[in-house]
Amino acid sequence: MKQFIQDLAEKNNHQAKQLLQILREIQSCYHYIPEQAIEQLSGLLAIPRTRIISVVEFYSFLHLTPKGQYELLISDCITDNMHDKKNLTDYLAARLNVAVGAVREDGLVSLDNTSCTGMCDQGPAGLVNGYALTRLDRARIDLIADLIERREPLAAWPADLFQVEDNIVRPGLLLKQSMVPGEALRSAFKRGLKATLTEIERSGLRGRGGAGFKTAMKWGFCADEAQNERYVVCNADEGEPGTFKDRVLLNSFAHQVFEGMTLCAAIIGAKRGFLYLRGEYLHLYEQLQGILDQRRQAGLLGVNILREGLDFDIDIYLGAGAYICGEESALIESLEGKAGIPRNRPPYPVTQGYLGKPTVVNNVETFLAASAIAVNGADWFAKVGTEKSSGTKILSISGDCARPGIYEYAFGTTVQTLLNDCGATDVLGVQMGGPSGTFISSQEFDRKLAFEDLATGGSVIVFNENRNIFDIVHNFTHFFAHESCGFCTPCRVGTSLLRKQVDKIYEGHGSAGDVAALEELCQLIKNYSHCGLGQTAANPVLTTLERYPELYQGKLKKISYEPGFDLDGALDIARRLAQRDDAGAHLSQVGDHE
Amino acid sequence: MTDKIRVATVSLAGCFGCHMSLLDIDERLLQLADRVAFDRSPITDIKHCEACDIGLIEGGVCNSENVHTLREFRKHCKFLVAVGACAINGGLPGYRNYIPLEECLGESYLDGIGIENPQIPSDPELPLLLDKVYPVHEVVKIDYFLPGCPPVADVFWTFLTDLLEGREPALPYELIHYD
Repeated sequence: MKQFIQDLAEKNNHQAKQLLQILREIQSCYHYIPEQAIEQLSGLLAIPRTRIISVVEFYSFLHLTPKGQYELLISDCITDNMHDKKNLTDYLAARLNVAVGAVREDGLVSLDNTSCTGMCDQGPAGLVNGYALTRLDRARIDLIADLIERREPLAAWPADLFQVEDNIVRPGLLLKQSMVPGEALRSAFKRGLKATLTEIERSGLRGRGGAGFKTAMKWGFCADEAQNERYVVCNADEGEPGTFKDRVLLNSFAHQVFEGMTLCAAIIGAKRGFLYLRGEYLHLYEQLQGILDQRRQAGLLGVNILREGLDFDIDIYLGAGAYICGEESALIESLEGKAGIPRNRPPYPVTQGYLGKPTVVNNVETFLAASAIAVNGADWFAKVGTEKSSGTKILSISGDCARPGIYEYAFGTTVQTLLNDCGATDVLGVQMGGPSGTFISSQEFDRKLAFEDLATGGSVIVFNENRNIFDIVHNFTHFFAHESCGFCTPCRVGTSLLRKQVDKIYEGHGSAGDVAALEELCQLIKNYSHCGLGQTAANPVLTTLERYPELYQGKLKKISYEPGFDLDGALDIARRLAQRDDAGAHLSQVGDHE
Repeated sequence: MTDKIRVATVSLAGCFGCHMSLLDIDERLLQLADRVAFDRSPITDIKHCEACDIGLIEGGVCNSENVHTLREFRKHCKFLVAVGACAINGGLPGYRNYIPLEECLGESYLDGIGIENPQIPSDPELPLLLDKVYPVHEVVKIDYFLPGCPPVADVFWTFLTDLLEGREPALPYELIHYD
């Protein structure tokens, strides 16, 4: 191990900002981060061991205690759950004789849940040693269990288990056009970089991650900074449950994404860029590295790009299972090898980003659109969409519909159109923009896809009338409690309290004041949290409570109060140890005063 | 006597520090005594409370007896108040929540140093321990919370005088900020 870590540190030039990448490799080799490795790294990277431990503890895919040689994780997204995920996980656990959340005694296999892995159109999904497994069913689980018992190396597993489909159902403006690598850059240099920025400004392109900041304005701010060291970052940490469009864009349109980044670099004057790829998309890593190599060989990356005097190259960084790293300042922290805790803003990344230098962080789709605009011009893009939201939006549609997959629509399209196209019937409601977005009911399907109406980073989850609102809210609320980074109290404690309160009502222990208490808690978390995660963590409750107050009230018992946990059950251990079962050794769930 | 406000107090899994802090209102105790009659409380030694206006609960809920006591208070008090860190969050006794109950009892009665005749007490007179220490509001409905470890005397004074004057109690920030 000593030599392995020594080499690893050397490969990364002993730089502390490479810590997360180094730890990923150690985890992948040893299935945990051994204490010995922490000690050694602390010396090699000249950072305190506590900092290393804090990073290991922060990321879901890193562990201080050994996981199995086969680390199995099952995606716990609501869409997976709608496709029998719970029963399949239990079946898998029984087949492999390992409990969910545990490591089997012989150390061969461990099994646990993980947040949405971005395979909502081909779930239930999972990960084995970081690699995506799709379309899980009993037959495939039998196969996986056999392969593990036979200790078959992953390389020898049938490729079909790892087959990830694009499922592009409705291509639009961006997905229909084909582009020769280099075309966008050539157009931009021909037109002039300043003119190209103006073109992007005229196109009205706004950030596709969901917040919708004007792209040209962001690039312009960054270019105007006095510093001469600048960075371009592509945010491919697509963690919002129900979103998987960036996976498809990186699988089939990577040249165009990288070209958008290079274009940005040319305009702002950056020499280095990063693709921050979520750990769940490890299966794309080699392929993307290959594309970067192709681009270097074609003179589209590296020194003197297209002989225009532009020097720029891109590195791929892998995340390690942390939703919060999709927030741009947390992503930058993560790129610097630290725990992904959002920074105070301002200063914004355009003035102080990666290593404190001006940095543009954009979504995968934004870079894709920017390169297309460089080729086709502003008018081509702006002729579709609405006044405030020009162009198209690429959506990941999943849930209760006949044709889940990737759909591209002009902004201004109604939800009803989406539902018709994807083959959704008897729809109860749609979750727009993932758990942090909005739940809309069947009364609102005339609402429009647009920043000024329903903004979304791309997640659209359809629920039919057989679904239970509380199953959805329960899943989303647990998601946020799990993904809170723990930095600020309103979110760290608040999301846990919210989970507890939702569970209380969900499990039928709710009583008179519990919905009011729930709402009060939601407002507190929303108004006092440090970043977008906490500010939106209560949205699943708030948006459904607003639409279905009677459903919530209907869950409450007609008494003033009942505990949210099994009170008599809380005496089980003491009863067993004291060997008592007399009347005094029991408690009623509700007091006689109620 | 009859028009006096009736107050009951109790310490569950607490240290009586909050009660001591109540006594720290010093000479104002006399003013309070003019307007308040104490029902069940360590101050009176009354064993069970009857109809009261205010119930002050110190400490969290660690065993079955705490549950019964808390329910008795809830049944008889118009306003039930969680007083101090232990009642609100479990506080210091809540630190045992990180240790399985089996280990807690094992250390105390079976495997600890110097234990003779090791056995887990099983007399029916003894209340059984809950698996964890719970905050009071997870067991009964609570109307008001007085934070602090303990809440300072002025918190008690402000809160009680507000209620006595018929005002909605409001604690100024200075009294409840701890950073």
